[in-house]
Amino acid sequence: MAAIEVEGLRKTYAGGVEAVRGLSFSVRPGEVFALLGPNGAGKSTTVRILTTLSAPTAGQARVAGFDVVSQSREVRRRIGYVAQASGVDVTATGCENLTLQGQLFRLSGAALRSRVEELLDLFQLASAADRPALTYSGGMRRRLDVAMGLIHRPEVLFLDEPTTGLDPESRSVMWKEVRRLAEGGLTLLLTTHYLEEADQLAQRLAIVDGGRIVATGTPDELKGQLRGDVVSVELAVRSRTSEAELVLRGQEDVSRVLVDGGRLYAQVGHGARAVPVLLAALEKAGLDVAQVSLARPSLEDVYLTATGHAYREEGESAIA
Amino acid sequence: MEFLQDTWHLFMRLIRATMRMPVFVIISIVQPVLWVLLFGQLFKSVTTIPGFESHAHAQSISYVQFLAPGISIMTALFGAAYSGMGLLGDIDRGVLDRLLATPVSRGALIAGRILHAAVQVILQAAIILVVACLLGARPLGGLPGILTVFLAAALLGAAFASFSNALALLARRQEMVIAVMNFIVLPTTFLSSMIMSRDLMPQWIRGVSRFNPVNWAVTAARDGFQGEASSDILIYLALLASFALICGILATLSFSRYRKAM
Repeated sequence: MAAIEVEGLRKTYAGGVEAVRGLSFSVRPGEVFALLGPNGAGKSTTVRILTTLSAPTAGQARVAGFDVVSQSREVRRRIGYVAQASGVDVTATGCENLTLQGQLFRLSGAALRSRVEELLDLFQLASAADRPALTYSGGMRRRLDVAMGLIHRPEVLFLDEPTTGLDPESRSVMWKEVRRLAEGGLTLLLTTHYLEEADQLAQRLAIVDGGRIVATGTPDELKGQLRGDVVSVELAVRSRTSEAELVLRGQEDVSRVLVDGGRLYAQVGHGARAVPVLLAALEKAGLDVAQVSLARPSLEDVYLTATGHAYREEGESAIA
Repeated sequence: MEFLQDTWHLFMRLIRATMRMPVFVIISIVQPVLWVLLFGQLFKSVTTIPGFESHAHAQSISYVQFLAPGISIMTALFGAAYSGMGLLGDIDRGVLDRLLATPVSRGALIAGRILHAAVQVILQAAIILVVACLLGARPLGGLPGILTVFLAAALLGAAFASFSNALALLARRQEMVIAVMNFIVLPTTFLSSMIMSRDLMPQWIRGVSRFNPVNWAVTAARDGFQGEASSDILIYLALLASFALICGILATLSFSRYRKAM
């Protein structure tokens, strides 16, 4: 039985905004599954439906074997949810936050106390346990969030953008935590708009774009679907990049060319064989090459192929 | 059983948060005392208007005697009306979503806040009655009278706290909660006998006030405090309890609307 089973899920908000437009995917028990996509792709809405916070407009979803609409109570007993916006009560201490969360899952007495202490230790919050969460750093609050999601040893843990807004150091700590949880056999569904995060953490992932899934598979499968390698070229004279683009497009082995900034990315069948050919063609056209490199396709290339537009992470302008 | 446990845990969370704001606690204590002193002075001469409270006792008993139960209700109303702001804070900080994804009883999420508002209301009413007695008022209704004041204040507080929380869930905007509650609080105050004797009210206000829950609470509290035992008190308390229950159910139902909209 799948840990998460989603079939034709749709969510249309009042006002006609279609956030989710027919999602289907399934997550196996013990798997780390990522929903990858830019902001506004419908990832958070999907997670909100799966955690029973939001009612779907159409479609079905089962989590831990129970329907999220008709058996929402059963679902809530078995899941942990770490929202994108922290759910920490900042007026309460770390210990109080965890204790209340446990009490709401009907834990009590010595069992609850020892579980709270265990999680405080595990997430390196023991020394700050009796301080109001208002005094915590962003990374500490995020760790407290995850600890709260785990208090009742859930079957499925939802992590919505677990590292958004964290500094690189806190992010790598969080990645370590996620890997450790995965080793413990927990089913994990995480959403992210960081390609690298999905690549690093997920066993399988679905690329979400405009409320639809455009590709599903393991990171290697997805990259493998893009046959060949990517040759990236930088010219000595940047202003001639478009000339170079025409030259590269004219080569037999090149299946597509993307220009981003001053760089050209040519997708080729066999990198080692293509590089000398491409360099010779550029030289013949009188274009001096400053730098050339060869890479396996990244998830970024997968995204480009699946959606037809380049991936934009936060900070870059996505609005045309 | 789970409902009661959840309510208690959520109530304790709010109590802890309140106790960590000493300035808030001090203001909550000083405010009602100020009302009694200010209104007691301002409207002192009202008792001399002919026709004021036919049952007003001898002139030696001041306006404070008349005012104390009314101010208890007013404080309950003003305190509870903005209870939804706390819930909005929880919505904005993601706390409510975190709680809604647990098996917690939906009713308890509201009940915890109502209990919190009711406790605050009763403590403030107690302070008001003590100050009023120091200024010469006498609890002529004895202990049952004082308990009637507390009960009327708590029920009205619970009703308005529920209404305010429902509004917070439906509108999800602070501005809306403030605007709607301001719109309701003052008119319902003045359409009651809180500061003016019923006998001196214009006919139409007297008519309207019969359907005003604030007036039910004021009348029950005052009759209780004055020791005017009457069956009216029980009727008003029953009406208030029904009103509070309806508001509580409305607030709990608002969660499903919130879920659809989110």
